[in-house]
Amino acid sequence: MNQNKTVELKGRDWMLVWLYALIAFIGLLCIYSVEYRSNTSFFKGLLAFKLNYSKQFIYLMICAVLAIFILLTDSKFFTATPNLLYVLGIFLMLLTFLIGKTVNGSKSWIPMGFMNLQPVETCKIFTSLALAKYLSRPETDFSKSRSQLIASGICFLPVAFSLLQNETGLALVYFSFLIPMYREGFPPIYLIIGALSGVLLVAALLFPPYPIIVVLAIIAAMAIYVLKRKIKRKKSLLMVIITYWALSSFFIGVAVPFLFKHVFQKYQADRIFSLVGRDNPYASDAKDKLTTVQLKSKKTGEDLENYNVKQSKIAIGSGGFFGKGFLKGTQTQGDFVPEQHTDFIFTSLAENFGFVGCTILMLLYLAMLLRIIMIAERQRSPFSRVYAYSVAAILFFHIAVNICMTIGLAPVIGITLPLMSYGGSSLLTFTILIFILVRLDADRQMVLR
Amino acid sequence: MADFNQSRRIIIRLVFISLFIVIIIRLFTLQVITSKYRNLAEDQSTFRKVVYPDRGIVFDRDKNPILQNTNVYDLMVVPNKVTNINVNQLCKLLDLDSAMFQKRMVEVIVKNGRSRPSVFEALLSDQKAAMLGESMHKFAPAFYLQERSVRSYPYDAAANVLGYTAEVDSNFLKKHPDEGYVSGDYAGMTGLERSYEKVLMGQRGIEYWKRDNKNRLTERLENGEYDTVAVAGQNLYTSLDIELQELGEKLMQNKLGSIVAIDPKTGGILAMVSAPSYKPNYLTGSDRRKHFSELFMNPALPLLNRTVSATYSPGSTFKTLQALIGLHEGVITTDTKYSCSGAFYGCGTGKPMRCLDYGTFDLRSAITISDNTYFANVMQRVINNPKFPNIDSALTHWDNYMYSFGLGHKLGVDIPSEKSGNIPSPKYFNKVYGQGKWNFCSFRSVSIGQGEVDVTPLQVANEMAFIANKGWYYIPHLVDSIDGGDKFGMLDKYQKRVAPPAIPDSIYEAVHDGMEGVVTRGTGVAAKVQGIVICGKTGTVENYYRGVKQQNHSFFCGFAPRDNPKIAIMCVVENSGRFGGTYAAPIVGLMIEKYLKDSITDKARLARIEQLSGLNLMPPRIFAEIRRQDSLRHSKDSAYLISKGYIMIIKDTLGMEDDIVNKEELSSLKLKKPTEPKRPLTDSIKKVEAIKPEEPKLPEVADSI
Repeated sequence: MNQNKTVELKGRDWMLVWLYALIAFIGLLCIYSVEYRSNTSFFKGLLAFKLNYSKQFIYLMICAVLAIFILLTDSKFFTATPNLLYVLGIFLMLLTFLIGKTVNGSKSWIPMGFMNLQPVETCKIFTSLALAKYLSRPETDFSKSRSQLIASGICFLPVAFSLLQNETGLALVYFSFLIPMYREGFPPIYLIIGALSGVLLVAALLFPPYPIIVVLAIIAAMAIYVLKRKIKRKKSLLMVIITYWALSSFFIGVAVPFLFKHVFQKYQADRIFSLVGRDNPYASDAKDKLTTVQLKSKKTGEDLENYNVKQSKIAIGSGGFFGKGFLKGTQTQGDFVPEQHTDFIFTSLAENFGFVGCTILMLLYLAMLLRIIMIAERQRSPFSRVYAYSVAAILFFHIAVNICMTIGLAPVIGITLPLMSYGGSSLLTFTILIFILVRLDADRQMVLR
Repeated sequence: MADFNQSRRIIIRLVFISLFIVIIIRLFTLQVITSKYRNLAEDQSTFRKVVYPDRGIVFDRDKNPILQNTNVYDLMVVPNKVTNINVNQLCKLLDLDSAMFQKRMVEVIVKNGRSRPSVFEALLSDQKAAMLGESMHKFAPAFYLQERSVRSYPYDAAANVLGYTAEVDSNFLKKHPDEGYVSGDYAGMTGLERSYEKVLMGQRGIEYWKRDNKNRLTERLENGEYDTVAVAGQNLYTSLDIELQELGEKLMQNKLGSIVAIDPKTGGILAMVSAPSYKPNYLTGSDRRKHFSELFMNPALPLLNRTVSATYSPGSTFKTLQALIGLHEGVITTDTKYSCSGAFYGCGTGKPMRCLDYGTFDLRSAITISDNTYFANVMQRVINNPKFPNIDSALTHWDNYMYSFGLGHKLGVDIPSEKSGNIPSPKYFNKVYGQGKWNFCSFRSVSIGQGEVDVTPLQVANEMAFIANKGWYYIPHLVDSIDGGDKFGMLDKYQKRVAPPAIPDSIYEAVHDGMEGVVTRGTGVAAKVQGIVICGKTGTVENYYRGVKQQNHSFFCGFAPRDNPKIAIMCVVENSGRFGGTYAAPIVGLMIEKYLKDSITDKARLARIEQLSGLNLMPPRIFAEIRRQDSLRHSKDSAYLISKGYIMIIKDTLGMEDDIVNKEELSSLKLKKPTEPKRPLTDSIKKVEAIKPEEPKLPEVADSI
């Protein structure tokens, strides 16, 4: 039996497991430092199960059990059930509309007694598996638009539900599936068009629409002038240019205002505008006229938003090169950074351990990501590879957006720092994601379908 | 299939790595390059708490504390902890109604926020504090009592001597830039509190605290590693006899004037009474600001220390010094006689100085009787002494005597706002009359202490100490020693004996004889004390207020006992009318008796004390002024009154002394508010117009006794 087990555990990627454990441990210390006050004792608090770090400790224990359970599961289970799990995930998301609980303004939680489950969070796992399953089907030809459309549908169906639940941040995570799709041959032109749309969007945020339309017209005219010989030979090129110009102008002049006026919630629009440093220009001509009181509360709400980022930057910036030392962060212990144990856990590390600590953590994360890509590339089965890329992409998106958010490079959208942030839902999700990968990797010689 | 897209795995890795590099660069700028966030963090998370040490205690000569610190209680509240509290009970204890309670809570929250402790009621009375203390547990933790140290005056006396502390204003900060004061600090403003501020304030400590997001102090930074400890202020031992001071204040009730008593052997001031005064504890409580403006507006000027800041003509008390100079110059002998046939005709018959007693007097009896003619003649001889080439040098010679007796310049007493008084100089007369166009007759009234000569009561008392000691004095001072050493050398100048040109003892003896006669049979018999030989001199000082002649000031100065002088004393009762012997002499007599016999037990003498202290000699113009102020106060449109200057917005701290100190050459009280009609009495503190021969309107005769 014993011998059998060692055989079972052979071939697991212990490097990844160690990285996982190390980062989770650092996270636990950071949560402890947020709650540390000079008169408390670590072990008393740990055993009282009342403070966040002791709860996080329990979650880690649960994760460990779960990880062992996953490692002992037959990898065929993961290739056999994705579609079923995906449907389950979608079902859970629909269920939130019925029995959902509202936390921080988004109705995306299912109360489960000891903890709240956020289906959109767990659905990441199912979507990853479902995408892997779909792309690894022998009959899928990913160079065809139809397959590309279906794959996109798999990825973005949860996004639609998530947006309806008012949970923008986690919805955005699903855009990270573009990375595995890109790896599997998704035409980059879509990504480029997407990126250009992004540029247009930023321009639309920064400047009023009509000057941009004029500038676009000038660019189009110049393009026609430069390409006039080609156009003489090929009339359709002119059409293409004009179509692009018309679409862009439509986007700037009609789509963006429409989006901000009618699609986005006001607070979302405000956040997006505060990111580029502007007041929401669409707030004033909103259909329901704001009273002065509402305007005032909007103002304080905005201030609060900026307060978070400002305090976060102060905490990080005050860390200096070597940091203030563990448990010596004045900003951390003064409770200056709101939500520090969850979304802003990075500030605690940055203050206590400074630039050196931050760099080490970034390198650990980078090592983890590159390790996952390395694992992905050594798979014989496309299923495992697509899945591994999905895991890497989700992790990357979380890490990048969360840290950029704390240092003022991204808007504050509630996205956790993988394995570090306090919270069972997030920790369990990443644990499952990673350990399924470790399990699949153990069978990398097999061709899983 | 994957093989088609081999290059893409590189691209994905590059994307990952490049974004991480961007993040690390951003972190580097945030954490290492910019110091802005570090400073912001320090500002919001650490608090530099100044720890105020207890101020030094001031003791009197018998080591009784006369100015000390007491702990009072403030009722503190943390608004967000106020739950389940019996508000009615608390209101009852605090004597508040619930509407007031609500109002105060709102005020507190607006001012300081919900989670920080704020003062709900400051400086609770002892009774309230005791009652609250018993039931405080019912209101905890939202309410609690917090101790605070304030200045207190156990004897509630000597207000103008001890002075008070007040919050420093911007003006003060400007003048004391490098002494570590910050706005909100308290500093001594008058009296000893001011002059010994450096010693009394002690050394402030600094504690570094951590602060949280609600601005609450949580714990010491690094367990107090960077803190500095506060060092308590040094105690002062003064020469003041607090019981004598209290008696003096009692005697001077309802009068304008002052008493100064000095120990001639040491120069230590035994009593320093300025009337009217105020109860010093009146300026320590929570109503300080209100009380202050009340005192500030009072036309009798209770905040003015008349002993050093008011100047008077010395009147006949000056004759003692004239006698010394005359004898020392050899222009007279003790046997020189002059007769008075009704007035001094040395300057012709135009404006004679009358004397009351007709007859012929030698020096001793001239002092005893206070004969004007005699001293007019003496000074005339000094000034017209042929040994001087001209009147300038003669007067300069005379002036130098006076300067060496401690007149005409600041003595250097250890309380602020001392005035220098005036001894007329040749330069002054040259300016007024023109070079060579004046002679002794131009200032003949100076010979009897009227006219251009001005002294402070302290100078007169010091002059008595000088005469008592037969030729020397110590600069009068209040503080004998400083507990823990005189680190700033503040007392050095009080250790040195000041000895003017030696005058033989025989001369002093003659003057003493005359002064003894004043008390035994002369103008000052009212000062007589059974069993004590007192030397004294009366003075009846003419004075004018805005050119209008006022009631005379009553002066008496002296020392006792004659053989072994232990007290030199001076008393002035302003505008009392009558003569120097009438009011000032009995007051001095009682003071001497109290000091030398330690207590007054005789019933007749006790009755005398009550009689004198019951006497109201406040000049009528003071009451008129109070009535005028009252009628203004009842007027409703205060904005109008302010704009017209009838009412002034008064700051808590007294700017007055600052100005006196800095513009001392000027008659600051007068200059401070030159136009305002609201404090017309500022120059009532005398300024006798010079009696000039050219001015026929001035009274022809100076009554001087």
